[in-house]
Amino acid sequence: MWEYTDKVKELFLHPKNVGKIEEPDATGEVGSIVCGDALKLTLKIDKETNKIIDAKFQTFGCASAIASSTALTEIIKGKTLDEALEVTNNDIADFLGGLPREKMHCSVMGREALEAAVADYRGETPPEIEEGKLVCECFGISDEKIRRAIRENNIHTVEDVTNFTKAGGGCGSCIPEIENILQEVGAKTKIKETKKPKKKLTNIQKIALIQEVIQKEIRPLLQADGGDLELVDVEGNRVIVSLRGMCMGCLMSDVTVKNIEKKLRELVSKDLAVEVE
Amino acid sequence: MKAVYLDNNATTRISDEVKEVMLPFLSDYYGNPSSMHTFGGKVHRHIENAREQVATLINAKPEEIIFTSCGTESDNTAIMSSLESAPHKRHIITTRVEHPAVLNFCKAMSRKGYTVTFLSVDKQGRLNPGELQSAITEDTAVVSIMYANNENGVIFPIDEISEIVKSKGVMFHTDAVQAVGKIPVDVKKLPADIISISGHKMHAAKGVGALYVKRGTRFSPYIIGGHQEKGRRAGTENVASIIGFGKACEIAKDHVAAGHSKVKELRDRLEEGLLKTCPDAIINGHVGSRLPNTSNMSFEYVEGEAILLRLNEFNICASSGSACTSGSLEPSHVLRAMGVPFTAIHGSVRFSLSRYTSGKEIDLVLKKLPGIIKELRELSPYGREVRKGK
Repeated sequence: MWEYTDKVKELFLHPKNVGKIEEPDATGEVGSIVCGDALKLTLKIDKETNKIIDAKFQTFGCASAIASSTALTEIIKGKTLDEALEVTNNDIADFLGGLPREKMHCSVMGREALEAAVADYRGETPPEIEEGKLVCECFGISDEKIRRAIRENNIHTVEDVTNFTKAGGGCGSCIPEIENILQEVGAKTKIKETKKPKKKLTNIQKIALIQEVIQKEIRPLLQADGGDLELVDVEGNRVIVSLRGMCMGCLMSDVTVKNIEKKLRELVSKDLAVEVE
Repeated sequence: MKAVYLDNNATTRISDEVKEVMLPFLSDYYGNPSSMHTFGGKVHRHIENAREQVATLINAKPEEIIFTSCGTESDNTAIMSSLESAPHKRHIITTRVEHPAVLNFCKAMSRKGYTVTFLSVDKQGRLNPGELQSAITEDTAVVSIMYANNENGVIFPIDEISEIVKSKGVMFHTDAVQAVGKIPVDVKKLPADIISISGHKMHAAKGVGALYVKRGTRFSPYIIGGHQEKGRRAGTENVASIIGFGKACEIAKDHVAAGHSKVKELRDRLEEGLLKTCPDAIINGHVGSRLPNTSNMSFEYVEGEAILLRLNEFNICASSGSACTSGSLEPSHVLRAMGVPFTAIHGSVRFSLSRYTSGKEIDLVLKKLPGIIKELRELSPYGREVRKGK
């Protein structure tokens, strides 16, 4: 039994904006009956103001898919197209008082239907169809869609990629590929985030940043191989660490230390040197 | 409001008679059956009585019954023991439609170096005995095939299957968790070596199951420790549940003998009614050979979880093989193995009745469900269009 909020239950039992607008200005269709959920969104748009005057949906799917469709249509009515495009899947989930993690893909489907409808109105191709390589064959999910979900929802695990996009939830053969995408996106956003304050770090900031990089970037990789690492001290540009677990006495530990140094130089300061205690 | 409980293949209510015999062992008679004192020793005698009751239901000898904690433990033990008794053989045969207790155990074994053949089923969920015949090799250690399917109720021709397996001298296990207590299972007519049984599917308590191990079959325990169950299953007995299980078997015997005719009649009435009132509905599973209590139907162009939650509003309890209810993102492995069409696979609902199901309860489903299906189809982008195109 899923733990649905009262709002989800209410909007599942008494959905709003059900149906199809006759002669709609825009139509967005996502999902398919094969995959188990599908949403068809039709919009009436004021050509002068670009405002969404009316929105209706038809949904094939579970309670959260139906409730998410109501949420989407309620949120976007009265908004201009540009305002509507700012709506994220989290806004849909928030409107419902939250969704079970495993059902977040229902909120993503809502946002996608909206984008498809706007693209239809503007005569464009929706972004996810335009580009990207097919990753999950079971549910037809592209790498672009996975990347976007990871970025927008700050996802760190394959499980969450599945929760938000369904990718990897079928035969599971694409899970290694999803892992690669996760690492790639994770590394990129980290660099972006940490590059900004790089100009002049105070000692405290530097230590904090080293600590953060070790925590978020380095330890998970070591732990995946049964190893671990602890920051012992920072003296000027000398970063003193202690290896733990499988890393201790590992023949490859020199290489590991070099890699850690490389990562810290890239993300914190190019003058750093890593030493093992 | 009392629940209209039509999910008896998931679990059943404990019958009053069963509860009655259990209660003293939850209060006054708490002794350990392994103890030397009379206080504990008395309990032991009651366990042996329960063993006899379980044995009688399937025409076995009491010493052929081992109590376990559940159907899953029975299944895992049966396969593991079979593999250990043929250590040089590395091949397992099972089917694509087994309960996860067998299916996932076999998959786990395949990661440990065993080769597993998963036999397929046809569109009506039937097995092809010829396929089994040709799958057995010199290397086959065990064949594990369920007696009756928990999702669609299809009964496999276990007599024929076990004859084939035994004629090749291979160990045969059947998961009879859904069959025992619902249809006659007679080990004198069935050359199976090991059979799994569960208590809570037949109005006993949760947390108790049994294994039938044919006399003379090599057996290695899965749970190792004390000398309980003659060293074949260690761990202090779940006394009250075992005693209730015995009683449940005694009661089930009469109902099985009567062919569960009332249950079958209600099930058939439910199906006929729904086929009449709901367009684009199909029955999943071969109607000629099914458990009397089970109905698995698909309502095309609607999704199962949505149906269940609408039924839930009327306190009607059923289950579904749709992706949204399976905990994974794919619909039931049984329906997929059967090749149920994609328009129908997400819209399956399983009703499983018991001897406590009343005609009034069936009437309530017949009254409420057609409206629910209609409403959900109106919500669906496929509901009207597809049928117009047909």
